[in-house]
Amino acid sequence: MSKGGRYTTSVGSMRRGKLITLIFRIVLAIITLIFALFPIVWVISASFNPTNSVVGQPLIPPNPTLDNYRALFNDPLNPFPRWLLNSLYLAIVVTIVAVIITTLAAYAFSRFRFNGRRQLLQSILLIQVFPNFLNMVALFLILQQIGTYLPRLGLNTHGGLMLLYLGGTLGVNTWLMKGYFDSIPRDLDEAATVDGATPWQVFWVILVPLVRPILVVVGMLTFIGIYSEYVLARIILTDKSLYTLSVGLNLFIQNQYSGRWGTFSAGALIAAIPVVALFLIFQRYLVGGLTSGSVKG
Amino acid sequence: MAATAQKGPGGAQAPSGTSTQPNSIAGWIVRLAALAIIDAFAVWLVYMMLGDGVWQLAVVLAIVTIGINVIFLRPQLYPLRWVSPGLALMVIFVAYPILFTVYISFTNYGDGHLLTKQQTIEQFESQVFLPEDAELYNYAAFRDADGNYMLWLTPRSGGQAFTVTPGSEPVLRDGEPPDVMDGFTRIPQNRIFGELTALSALRFGTDEDSFQVSQQQFGVAAKYEPLYVYDPATDTLTNQQTGVVYSPINGTWTAEDGSTIQPGFMVTIGAYNYSRLFTDPALREPFILVFIWTVLFAALSVIITFSLGTLLAIVFDVPEMPFRRLLRSLLLIPYAIPAFVSVPVWVGLLNPEFGIVSQSIKAVTGGWAPAWFSDPFWAKIGILLIQLWLGMPYMFIIVTGALQSLPTDVYEAADLDGANPWHKFQSITLPLLLITVGPLLVASFAFNFNNFTVIQLYNNGGPPMIGTASPVGHTDILATYTYRIAFASGRGADQGYAAAITVIIFLILVVITFFQFRYTNMLEERGENV
Repeated sequence: MSKGGRYTTSVGSMRRGKLITLIFRIVLAIITLIFALFPIVWVISASFNPTNSVVGQPLIPPNPTLDNYRALFNDPLNPFPRWLLNSLYLAIVVTIVAVIITTLAAYAFSRFRFNGRRQLLQSILLIQVFPNFLNMVALFLILQQIGTYLPRLGLNTHGGLMLLYLGGTLGVNTWLMKGYFDSIPRDLDEAATVDGATPWQVFWVILVPLVRPILVVVGMLTFIGIYSEYVLARIILTDKSLYTLSVGLNLFIQNQYSGRWGTFSAGALIAAIPVVALFLIFQRYLVGGLTSGSVKG
Repeated sequence: MAATAQKGPGGAQAPSGTSTQPNSIAGWIVRLAALAIIDAFAVWLVYMMLGDGVWQLAVVLAIVTIGINVIFLRPQLYPLRWVSPGLALMVIFVAYPILFTVYISFTNYGDGHLLTKQQTIEQFESQVFLPEDAELYNYAAFRDADGNYMLWLTPRSGGQAFTVTPGSEPVLRDGEPPDVMDGFTRIPQNRIFGELTALSALRFGTDEDSFQVSQQQFGVAAKYEPLYVYDPATDTLTNQQTGVVYSPINGTWTAEDGSTIQPGFMVTIGAYNYSRLFTDPALREPFILVFIWTVLFAALSVIITFSLGTLLAIVFDVPEMPFRRLLRSLLLIPYAIPAFVSVPVWVGLLNPEFGIVSQSIKAVTGGWAPAWFSDPFWAKIGILLIQLWLGMPYMFIIVTGALQSLPTDVYEAADLDGANPWHKFQSITLPLLLITVGPLLVASFAFNFNNFTVIQLYNNGGPPMIGTASPVGHTDILATYTYRIAFASGRGADQGYAAAITVIIFLILVVITFFQFRYTNMLEERGENV
């Protein structure tokens, strides 16, 4: 009730006044929803529109077809299915490795006390202030140098791109994960240690099952971040067959704009589905993560 | 600190004398084997890199490898073993690149200066020229099963014929070239044209007496002379044909009259990349414009999304609002869609000829619509519109969360004093809100300060500025400006200058972060757990 009383004068608030306020709220809600959703509705509509043009397009196409989706999957010049697989492959592999690396580190930072621990934690916090992609010139050169000796980790390879992504993972998520480890009572693992459990057993048998929610959050945030990453993928990958969605999708509308609008819309919808689905499924966790300070890429 | 005292210095558990002893012998062997494999691999890699002069990366890899060995061999460093995989990746791919960026910013690295000095000398020394008085030869070409070539050369002046292969002394021959000799098969005259590119790239004979097949004059070979000779004593290259002497000046081989030859090589050039940024008007003016727009873009993005998000949160987050949960889920969708999808969609909606937004505006105004992509002002408005759409849900969510945690008694006191809603918002809600979400607003500012994706996908930073020394557009922010200089330029990449701008971005981020940490007292506040 306190919230209701916050913006209406408590003295003499009349029924009529309340009704007008409510109507105002609903009208604003409708305007906001139109603003927020009309691009999405429009893309859905365009993806089923056979005319493949945006001029004079009615919102519900008179004769909807799947032609745009067929074109999307049968274009040898712009191999959309390949890009989709590349994006999923990169995001899934990086997510798994990143979660493992971060969990190991967070466990150590939460449970052990050692010299330099505080400095190390602060360095991790400070270093993530500089987004990795800003070092694009240096990263490009480093991959070029590595590629001379290890061709599968050089420029224009998924392996090299993954290394760059993994380099940034520790900085982003260690604090988030360590905070969750800290919230689990130490008595649990101290009791196990007294009973003769090794640190690895404490970690694997006792703590990992308990921290599963934060593993999900970190995993989702990493997946979404890598799936959406644009700059490094754009700089490192030069073969069309190696592109990710973020680099490739744009090609549909770069030149002959109106001609490819329908195909682009179909591709945009398919590209957005994995992330939007994850978002809505894990909304509860992610909203918590958002308010605690992570900004999505 | 109590924990340290309790567990003894340096580690959480004693490494020996516990029930883990048998386990740790097996573990010890596995550990040594794993370390041996890592070390062997690293030694090979570092050795190869040092051989090629890639010493910076070699040093970093060596340090990381030594670090891993120390961490896994010293029981006192046991906790660091858990951190080492992430730490190694972070050192190589985040920390080292930052330092490397700083280093590059003090070099002339870029198109025309991509090679090392030794590589350019080798390249110049491999160039040859045909002296005017050189003797010309007719040749017959041979090839063996492995693809090696041999030439049978007959002087046009009528001397003794000889055969020659790359890297060996000529062998005198008599008579006409046979079809098969010494394992080589003669290439028929009508096939030679197809092999000409491969043939003419080879030097037959020793370094002193090298014969080459002419690519311009078909059927002719000649003894070519090296065009350039490098003299290590004077550190100069001399052109044997013209006699001009070139000395290296700032990574470019320059003659006394100022003429230069390409390619140049990479050297450190001091603070030149920084000084020309501040002294060269053709660089300074676009840089200042880009800098102002970067700050404006980031600040306005935060202000408009925060304002609208706060308005929506206040209006919608009340008990009497119907469908609150559904509304929140629907408003979340724009935020969930990746920017690489939603920005091109908006570009389509705004398209001046086909886009529905521009079409609708034209219908209302009778034919006029903003030039969303060709006019600097409207391009910026278009970007801010997209930013509003992208960022509003985030602000809505965090402000909703923050409002719920505000104390209610202050409002009751204000009600007693007869404050009106606006007064209450201005003097209670907003200040309290800013304290709660302030750090997130600063983070959002820092994020948008480098929001590469939105700018690049909207219009590649365009419309382009006219008459600038480096390629730059009116909507470019510092991060995309860097990219354009380093990679996307038709006028020659200038990575050294790009790195200098990156370093400037870093300095700005340091300032932002300083304020953010001051604001949140993050480091002090978490002191207990740090």
